[in-house]
Amino acid sequence: MKNKLLSLSFVLFLALMTACSSSDTNNAEEPETTNEPETTEVETTDLILATTTSTQDSGLLDVLIPMFEEENPYNVKTIAVGTGQALEMGVNGEADTLLTHAPVAEKELVDNGDVLNYQQVMYNDFVVVGPSSDPAGIKGLSTNEAFTKIFEAESVFVSRGDDSGTHKKELSLWTAADLDPAGNSAYLETGQGMGNSLQVAAEKQGYILTDRATYLAQKDNLGEFEVLVEGDENLLNIYHVMEVNPDKNDKINAEGAKAFVEFMVSEEAFKTISEFGMEDYGQPLFFLFE
Amino acid sequence: MDLLLEGLKKAIEMVLAADPIIVEITLRTLKVSMTAIIISTLIGIPLGMFLGLVKFPGRKLILVIINIGMGLPPVVAGLWITLLLWRSGPLGDYSLLYTETAIIIAQTLVSLPIVTALTATAFQQINEKMILQVKALGATRLQLVWILMKESKLALLAAIIAGFGRVIAEVGAAMMVGGNISGDTRILTTSIVMEVSKGNFDIALALSFILMTLAFLITFLLTFLQQRKRSHE
Repeated sequence: MKNKLLSLSFVLFLALMTACSSSDTNNAEEPETTNEPETTEVETTDLILATTTSTQDSGLLDVLIPMFEEENPYNVKTIAVGTGQALEMGVNGEADTLLTHAPVAEKELVDNGDVLNYQQVMYNDFVVVGPSSDPAGIKGLSTNEAFTKIFEAESVFVSRGDDSGTHKKELSLWTAADLDPAGNSAYLETGQGMGNSLQVAAEKQGYILTDRATYLAQKDNLGEFEVLVEGDENLLNIYHVMEVNPDKNDKINAEGAKAFVEFMVSEEAFKTISEFGMEDYGQPLFFLFE
Repeated sequence: MDLLLEGLKKAIEMVLAADPIIVEITLRTLKVSMTAIIISTLIGIPLGMFLGLVKFPGRKLILVIINIGMGLPPVVAGLWITLLLWRSGPLGDYSLLYTETAIIIAQTLVSLPIVTALTATAFQQINEKMILQVKALGATRLQLVWILMKESKLALLAAIIAGFGRVIAEVGAAMMVGGNISGDTRILTTSIVMEVSKGNFDIALALSFILMTLAFLITFLLTFLQQRKRSHE
């Protein structure tokens, strides 16, 4: 009796597994058949998008990607990593298209012919946030003065330390202020994404450079934390989209990459981007170039 | 404390509402982990039996290597597999990176040494006199293997349980070779990492409860299988 019961439960379990694997394939096939009934079987191909964590963590891609997939026969595989890694994936031909925010580093790829069809998409801004008590007294200062004060006061400063776009920006700000924070014992490198680094900064009561979108998305988890420095010209955070040069590897989905770049600079995407965040945060998280 | 209760509440809500995304992620986790542990079992148990029973030169060295493999950090496995599966890598032609298959490969790689090593240990402990006795009674080779397997059932299931624990808990390799792609390779552990980085602690907690439930149910089933005969005898 016990034996039977056990084998029965095992059979049920196997059935469940087969059921879930078959339902998976159903899901994958559905869009092909329902979306393009007239056209003769457009095959859906994979498109690897390497992008920064901020576009995923803010939730923007969760809105844009389904729109793109609905109109195009591509299955977008979003790999959200730091901008440094995303660009490296482009250089090695491991991704088809890139959406990143480090114009200086990107320029190098454009010049080397690693990427094509380099297009400006949107911007938002970086802000320096920190505890409301503001131990170094940087509120309302320029970035140069603020960074100098943080350095001199030996206040805790949390750095991404992961070669991401934000990290590159932060390093350029230290350089601009003619400072080298590496030797400062209160300078912490997390090596993690923006969200996690913000949480570390909040716990350590430290200052941190962040993109505004991620900060707004995380604000409720951070406690007594606020924007202290903003609006400086060099705090602009510009996102570009580009195709990886198909010569890099014969597996690159060049057509898909082209379609994605075109989609990202289309009226439709622009409209979505400019409205994104209004509902949840009462302000847009990303802005368009006029 | 509030967050814990909130997470628990959210988990129950998510399960009750059968949120299609959660259901999908949970089923994928189950599918990937079960496939990996089944492959590990199918390879690891025969291999472990062979290593436990047959004496040949170099056997100790292989056992040492497999024992080291038990401690193979998943991120290391993930890194190696990424390099192998890259478009420009040796297996690039198969386009396996960022697929469920890649996660299965990684999870198999980290669980196979555990299953193999624990099986080998179990079979090394079998009394040689017993093997002689069974042989003397005229058992064929196949019958001998079957009897020995029944004899070490406890240890074999313990090996599978340990391997499964590794697989279901694994996140580093799955993140690296799977890419945590929504609707494609997102599993419970990688979603938890992502939700934490998004600051959605309640969802992360809810997912953790679902993961724990899943691990509990399967381990329970396996333990039940393991202990069943005992209560009979």
